[in-house]
Amino acid sequence: MFDLIKYKNVFIGFSLILVIAAVAAMAVFGFRLGIDFTGGTLWQFRFNGDSVTVPALEDFFKASAGLENISLNTDSDQKLFLLRTNEMKEADHQRISDLLKSRFPGMEELRFESIGPTVGDELRRKAVLAFVLVLVGISLYIAFAFRKVSEPVSSWKYGLITLVTLFHDALIPAGLYAVLSHWQGVEIDTNFIVALLVIMGFSVHDTIVVFDRIRENLRVQKNKKLPEIINMSVNQTFARSINTSLTLILVLLALYFLGSATLQYFVLIILIGTVIGTYSSIFVASPLLTFFTKE
Amino acid sequence: MKARSIILLMILVIVTIIGGFFVYPKGPAAEQFANKILPWKLGLDLVGGSYLVYKVDMASVAPADRDAVMNGLRDVIEKRVNLFGVSEPRVSASQVSGEYRLNVELAGIKDLNEAIRQIGETPFLQFSEVEFKEGQEIPVFRTTELTGRYVKGSQLVFGQANLPVVSLEFSGEGATLFEDITKRNIGKELAIFLDGNLIEVARVNEPIAGGRAQITGIQDIQSAKQLVERLNAGALPAPISLINQQTVSASLGQDSLFKTIWAGMWGTIAVMLFMLIYYRGLGFFSAVALLIYVVLTLVIFKLFSVTMTLAGIAGFVLSIGMAVDANVLIFERTKEEIRRGLSKVDALEEGFKRAWTSIRDSNLSTILTALILYNFTSGFVKGFALTLFIGVLVSMFTAITATRNLLRVFYIRS
Repeated sequence: MFDLIKYKNVFIGFSLILVIAAVAAMAVFGFRLGIDFTGGTLWQFRFNGDSVTVPALEDFFKASAGLENISLNTDSDQKLFLLRTNEMKEADHQRISDLLKSRFPGMEELRFESIGPTVGDELRRKAVLAFVLVLVGISLYIAFAFRKVSEPVSSWKYGLITLVTLFHDALIPAGLYAVLSHWQGVEIDTNFIVALLVIMGFSVHDTIVVFDRIRENLRVQKNKKLPEIINMSVNQTFARSINTSLTLILVLLALYFLGSATLQYFVLIILIGTVIGTYSSIFVASPLLTFFTKE
Repeated sequence: MKARSIILLMILVIVTIIGGFFVYPKGPAAEQFANKILPWKLGLDLVGGSYLVYKVDMASVAPADRDAVMNGLRDVIEKRVNLFGVSEPRVSASQVSGEYRLNVELAGIKDLNEAIRQIGETPFLQFSEVEFKEGQEIPVFRTTELTGRYVKGSQLVFGQANLPVVSLEFSGEGATLFEDITKRNIGKELAIFLDGNLIEVARVNEPIAGGRAQITGIQDIQSAKQLVERLNAGALPAPISLINQQTVSASLGQDSLFKTIWAGMWGTIAVMLFMLIYYRGLGFFSAVALLIYVVLTLVIFKLFSVTMTLAGIAGFVLSIGMAVDANVLIFERTKEEIRRGLSKVDALEEGFKRAWTSIRDSNLSTILTALILYNFTSGFVKGFALTLFIGVLVSMFTAITATRNLLRVFYIRS
């Protein structure tokens, strides 16, 4: 039997390092906010005719269309372009679109999004609210589900540990996203928030499996001490914790490698969160329980 | 007990087979039949289309009337949008921190720019009192309560010198308002604004009862005709402005759709293989249950006309990865009970019983998350929360009830 409690400081320490690194990454790099949050325009189009260069297009948008504050990206074949700029009124969109078509024939609009700044503020508020609701909601539910367990650790402490673990599981992928945001120019959008909420909703599953076994063992093995019970429970449920996550990881990998490019970062964040969540359920949540006993 | 399981399984198999044809009809005849009864409802991000959010300016509307105005506005926009030949336009009202909004979904529309232009151009008719202040050349316009929302009908007639005249008929309340306004302003002037532009200033000679008015300030017949058409379709009871727009072309949507479905298929196969390799015989039945899960969930999506968006399909694919979680928990427990010396039959029953608490707690946390997500998101992403929610519910049935009965009938005997 693997003695988890003996090495608990190593595992918790490892988590602490990851959390500190994540917080540091967020503090140093910050987040590149997408137009969902800041307001602005995202315009994706493709040229089916002759090749068009980025400088030529940039020049067009600045000089002919009179746009300020533009950023233009393209794919490797220089066919697909993505323009980001300030919020654009529909009249301007149509005017520039007509102009663009006449200057560069074969232009096909793929996506156009324009969002006002008030929508962004509202989203920011709602995102924080949803995050807190999921975090607190799940923790309260765990405290409720374990209400019959009171010895040697009372049920609200299971809830509290769930809260800490879920926060941990969301924080580390968020830190990684800050790194991606810095190096790859990935932006924070609604999908990112959804991904964090999903990670919390899923990662609690493994925590529940271990806690559920601890609850059962506490009832059946009355003569054993808590650290021993925790060790026993983690070892008994190890395979199922890994396997339930593995099935999810399999579909996530399929989505990441075969799925739509639009969802790639969304899937990546959930993938990382799932791995972190499984780790924390086994190696962090259970050892944390021992801190609540006097022995 | 076994007889009941067999009956239940037979029903399940029949439902799944019919369901399979229903969600994925093969051949032109079947396709025509299934799609005639109920076609798939694809979101705008997949078929191409636009999601527009308008802000409604309620400054000139009394708080008590605002809900009524919103309803009127929605009806008017719906009528207008219907004229563009959109397959299933959806117009819905929402209120966000005191701000009134109108969400318009236009799917599969051919001339989107024209549609947006026309929605934006819908007339907002307003009557204002005119006051000349001492020593100032430009008069002050004071808006009155009388707006296009009180217009009951409109007609094009011809007045002096064959100039076009738009005649208006107000509703009962509008007629009273108009009478009051004209009474207050005898000898003064009234201004009529269309979309914020002054189109006519008319002198009031006497109070006008009966709720009829005429606009003579329109120069050409064409624009007079258009104004009449629009007023009859319903003038906007309050001005609106576009604050958020998301447009996706059909080709981009198609590409994303195929890729995501493709990924979902491979993901499902991978999960089935994993269960088969790791849990052997038991795993086989969970793989069958997973297939039933996929079909039944899709049937529910189609039956209840759940709008399939890219995020929604992604949510469904994720739920496939979780649908066998309950099976993993049950099988692990069963293995444990067998090691403890229980017979296969007893171990299985014990496995189902003992795994239940963690299955329940896990699924309830996911349901909670899905509910919060549903309320947090809007537009394309909302589908994700919905499909996840439905998926969790169906998976509880297939992973527990369906698997259990499959095992009772086929596994325990052997």
